[in-house]
Amino acid sequence: MTQEQTNLTIDNPKMSARDVKVFYGEKQAIKGVSIDVGMDHVTAFIGPSGCGKSTFLRTLNRMNDTVASARVEGEITLDGENIYAPSMDVVQLRARVGMVFQKPNPFPKSIYENIAYGPRIHGLAAGKADMDVIVEKSLRRAGLWDEVKDRLHDSGTALSGGQQQRLCIGRAIAVEPEVILMDEPCSALDPIATAKIEELIHELRGRYAIVIVTHNMQQAARVSQRTAFFHLGDLVEYGVTSDIFTNPRQERTKDYITGRYG
Amino acid sequence: MTGPAILLLLAGLGAIAWVSARARALRLQTAARATGRRDAVHSLPGYHGWYVALWTLVPAAIFLAIWANVAPGLVTQSVLADPAAQSLPVDAFSRSAILGEARAIANGSQAGAFNPLSQGLVEPYAQALNKYGIAGAVLALVLAFAGGAFAFTRVRPDFRARTRVERLVMASLLIASLIAIITTLGIVASLLWESFRFFSMVNPIDFLFGTKWSPQSAAMGYGNDDAFGAVPLFWGTIFIGAIIAMIVAIPLGLMSAIYLTQYASPTVRKWMKPTLEMLAGVPTVVYGYFAALTIAPALRDFAVMIGIHGASSESALAAGLVMGVMIIPFVSSMADDSIAAVPQSMRDGSLAMGATTSETITRVLIPAALPGVVGGVLLAVSRAIGETMIVVMAAGLAANLTANPFASVTTVTTQIVQLLTGDQEFDSAKTLAAFALGLVLFIVTLLLNIVALRVVKKYREAYD
Repeated sequence: MTQEQTNLTIDNPKMSARDVKVFYGEKQAIKGVSIDVGMDHVTAFIGPSGCGKSTFLRTLNRMNDTVASARVEGEITLDGENIYAPSMDVVQLRARVGMVFQKPNPFPKSIYENIAYGPRIHGLAAGKADMDVIVEKSLRRAGLWDEVKDRLHDSGTALSGGQQQRLCIGRAIAVEPEVILMDEPCSALDPIATAKIEELIHELRGRYAIVIVTHNMQQAARVSQRTAFFHLGDLVEYGVTSDIFTNPRQERTKDYITGRYG
Repeated sequence: MTGPAILLLLAGLGAIAWVSARARALRLQTAARATGRRDAVHSLPGYHGWYVALWTLVPAAIFLAIWANVAPGLVTQSVLADPAAQSLPVDAFSRSAILGEARAIANGSQAGAFNPLSQGLVEPYAQALNKYGIAGAVLALVLAFAGGAFAFTRVRPDFRARTRVERLVMASLLIASLIAIITTLGIVASLLWESFRFFSMVNPIDFLFGTKWSPQSAAMGYGNDDAFGAVPLFWGTIFIGAIIAMIVAIPLGLMSAIYLTQYASPTVRKWMKPTLEMLAGVPTVVYGYFAALTIAPALRDFAVMIGIHGASSESALAAGLVMGVMIIPFVSSMADDSIAAVPQSMRDGSLAMGATTSETITRVLIPAALPGVVGGVLLAVSRAIGETMIVVMAAGLAANLTANPFASVTTVTTQIVQLLTGDQEFDSAKTLAAFALGLVLFIVTLLLNIVALRVVKKYREAYD
């Protein structure tokens, strides 16, 4: 266990969780998870369905607040500041910790307006010209600019699934977040669109701390540098991705990796 | 033999048919089962019972319905063939009056005759009525027996009574739905026909674009020109139903829908939503006297106090305000549905961008739900302009073309009520004008409904 514990902490963590428990009403979904997420690498959360990986991800930007029955215990810090402290402004927190969802959810607005949505509500652009710059920069970073630059005012919902998901990533990038949470971002996409998103994640690494939940182990191996394995609300093992996949320390991790269950 | 007695007798026959057919089917099936083949028996005995009972009742009932329409004509014919009828006057009006009196005496609803001629016809009438009454009854019973007997012979273990009964059930359901459609078509046809008669007396251009409405002067013989300009009515209808009422109903309905869908706790929602919808169940006449007796005088006093001239005790504002309140549930329940239909992922997406709940509502939910909300508003407008009781009681009768909300205006529905109540010959331009107004109202509300349903449907597809 000591081996495992040392792996939980890293130098200069961007976000760290300490003994986090999540309850939905009476049911406990997360049983005391402690983990650090760093700036320089992509962190993957893997585990079988219902293991709590998505629930835990949503505690990192307090999206669980929107579920009336959810209750969170423990401490989660962003740059050393407890995000569950009463003084924390949730709206500001979510601007710093962006999120991309399982199913692409562009707003029923134009591509331009989808990207401009966040900067507009947070007052990031001084004028139209400024906004144009932000939109172009965000779409370029999301790898979508060349495909949509001639139809910025078409509806975002008219794009293909993969393009919609990259639009959602661009939308999250537009408010200059520090952390981007991705909740199974490729589960609704075909393999080619998935490859593009994975490529995009590589390009975004280093600029943002990225946490990705995936049920696809190959994907975790491809895109992440560190991997956390969740099972039944526990964080079973956390470490360098190559170690987890080639040399798991825990029996449960090994069983999952080798496909014994899942 | 009287009508009720025949019906009772038929019902009895039907019951007997059901019981005996069922018993026979049961017996035959027990025998068939003994052979051990599973497919020897098709339907449950009850279905055989229904099959035979329906064959007993339906043809006889159809015959009786036709007979009830044909028999009076046959009776009159046979009375006219009677020697006593030769002395009847030739002119159709007094002739039918005498015949009517004779018939009334013959079937006992009138004691004595005013016209001596009708006294002589009572006896032939009574005979004819009796004759055709018995003929009808006998024919109906024969049909019932024939139908029942035919069906009874078909009761066999392998007869597919269940399928037949199913087909009959479907046919009766079809007829039930056709009745509503046929009624609507009938109403439209009568509206069109009477309007056509009106427009043969009054130029449609004068009706649709004229600004002077005074059907009374036309009725008193001053001619139809200039008396039927309906623009003041159209304006009054729009002013009350589409402007004042909507200024009240749209913001209140929308805001209550937003509160109920986004902010209210499940408990609050559970209580508030039905309470709000109860508004829709209040009879409109209650709203009417609330508007006329409470709101209108208060508004007049208020208008006088702030120095507005021409304030009337019946005002567009009073009717419009109360109508707006009445319409709130329509707007709010449509808005509620369409806001709730916006996917949760849309809301999550906005919240995850760091938007507050109210930013999410105004920038994402309402734009996404807008088509549904617009559809709801259009339906509410169509409901408001067709509304009658409130405006009859609170808006007044003066056909003023004014934008002063404290003045009295009148609406299409109010005028229809005015034109059709009281003693009027039915073919005067004044009475027929009501049909023309009704036609205009019908077309406008129909178009509003079609557009609203289109909009709502298109919007529903967007998220499926």
